[in-house]
Amino acid sequence: MSDLRTLYQEVILDHNKNPRGFRVMEDADKFLEGYNPLCGDHYTIYMKMNGDVIEDISFTGAGCAISKASASLMCAAIKKKTRDEASKLFRQFHDLVTGKLGSLEHLDELGRLAALGGVSEFPARVKCASLAWHTMKAVLEEKTKAVSTE
Amino acid sequence: MTIHAHTVSDERGTSLDIAKIRADFPILGQTVHGKPLVYLDNAATTQKPASVIDSMDSYYRTLNANIHRGVHYLSETATEAYEQVREQVGRFINAGSSREIVFVRGTTEAINLVAGTYGLANVGAGDEILITGLEHHSNIVPWQILAGRTGSVLKVVPINDAGEVQLDDFGKLLTNRTKLVSVAHISNSLGTVVPVKTIISMAHDRGIPVVVDGAQAVPHTKVDVQGLGADFYAFSGHKMFGPTGIGVLYGRMNHLESMPPYQGGGDMIKSVSFEKTIYNDVPYKFEAGTPNIAGVIGLGSAVDYLSGIDSGELEAYESKLLAYATGRLLELESVRIIGTAEEKAGVVSFTVGDIHPHDIGTILDREGIAVRTGHHCAQPVMKRFNVSATVRASLALYNTKGDIDRLVRGIQKASEVFG
Repeated sequence: MSDLRTLYQEVILDHNKNPRGFRVMEDADKFLEGYNPLCGDHYTIYMKMNGDVIEDISFTGAGCAISKASASLMCAAIKKKTRDEASKLFRQFHDLVTGKLGSLEHLDELGRLAALGGVSEFPARVKCASLAWHTMKAVLEEKTKAVSTE
Repeated sequence: MTIHAHTVSDERGTSLDIAKIRADFPILGQTVHGKPLVYLDNAATTQKPASVIDSMDSYYRTLNANIHRGVHYLSETATEAYEQVREQVGRFINAGSSREIVFVRGTTEAINLVAGTYGLANVGAGDEILITGLEHHSNIVPWQILAGRTGSVLKVVPINDAGEVQLDDFGKLLTNRTKLVSVAHISNSLGTVVPVKTIISMAHDRGIPVVVDGAQAVPHTKVDVQGLGADFYAFSGHKMFGPTGIGVLYGRMNHLESMPPYQGGGDMIKSVSFEKTIYNDVPYKFEAGTPNIAGVIGLGSAVDYLSGIDSGELEAYESKLLAYATGRLLELESVRIIGTAEEKAGVVSFTVGDIHPHDIGTILDREGIAVRTGHHCAQPVMKRFNVSATVRASLALYNTKGDIDRLVRGIQKASEVFG
């Protein structure tokens, strides 16, 4: 069970059960769908910008605990961040879930996102954790085509 | 609770020696994540007995040559072995002639072959192709492609809340425009056994031919294509304890003879000149290029293996095991079984509270239990039941009550994690 505990940490279970930023944003500047056709995970990311700053971010949709908790943690982490800061977090997050990050590297910056580190031990689940992040990145890059992590 | 993974005493009441059968499958003896493997993903692919593995190994070691070509010993012997399997498969499904057996890559290619040859030749603008709401994507998409090419229309017979095809609806959807019916024999996502014999008889009353997707049926039940009256019957080697990459299309001789070829190339011709090519006879007309010879040899061994087991005993054993699995799962309050047809075989598809099937799948995996989670290549079925995915445990003759007990314990663990 020990490796399962590293995947399904309290933080993940909590964010799955009570996702943060889980709402439709009526006055969003932009929004985009992300889906994982093999799993059926399907989310929409909403964003409101204030100049270069992500003023507000929210999401709706459904999927597994990993994908939902990751979307929730992401919303909490990048709200009020600049584009560059969000892009940097995206890269760090990506390294974290693909096991390219040393265990202590950037942990301060990653904060609660570090809870997703266990995903790197479960290769089949990396795409679950990444879905919302790839969608967020596409929103920042002004893309209009739905994102798919397959 | 003490878990006896694979005790023979669990399997009382059957004359099948399940312990002996399990010993025939080398892969079943291993551990996964430190736990004895419980393999419950048989609807995706079955495991292979040593006899199948050995026959392919032996083919490459002692018999490898191209077939239907050489005059040398190896080529003649390989050709004979290949053609013997055709006869064996013909007997196995009670075809009228072994020439009605076409070797293909699998069920998917078999259906695509029918759509691309018989379909293109016989289905025109405004005509209708009829399938059911239970179909696997491989029995939907080839027909959509055909409809797109010909201007014909794909019609779907709805299923009820139990996951059964409604015969009165089927009857209503059979019209003068219906040119082809294609149905699964057993649903891969829900396990529903479809009354194909009745469906074929109803379609034949109106002169409409029927394609049967038998991928899930062949490993679980005795198939008699003439008894069913099927015009085409498609199945895969790898779902019946044979190798991947080989499958069978049975087609009635009158259809196969009238159909244009599928792919062009070597072996499907009698003579070629730049002006005119004479196609080979059935079934070679549909087997262009060097085929999967080792796959055919392995398929032959799989047919041998299945033929050595009494089909009545097999069905009875699997039916009892499915009933046991259904009962044990329903003891868990949070489990909802999707697909409750009266006639079911081999599959139990379910959800657990609001825990996503992929999370269940990961937790079961760490317990050494292999199940399928997702939409099972049957997204319209998932939509019908308003779920995005299910957990699917699918059985084969080597599964035991011990396997089911491990599954139930694993689901309990998942429920604990997600409290």
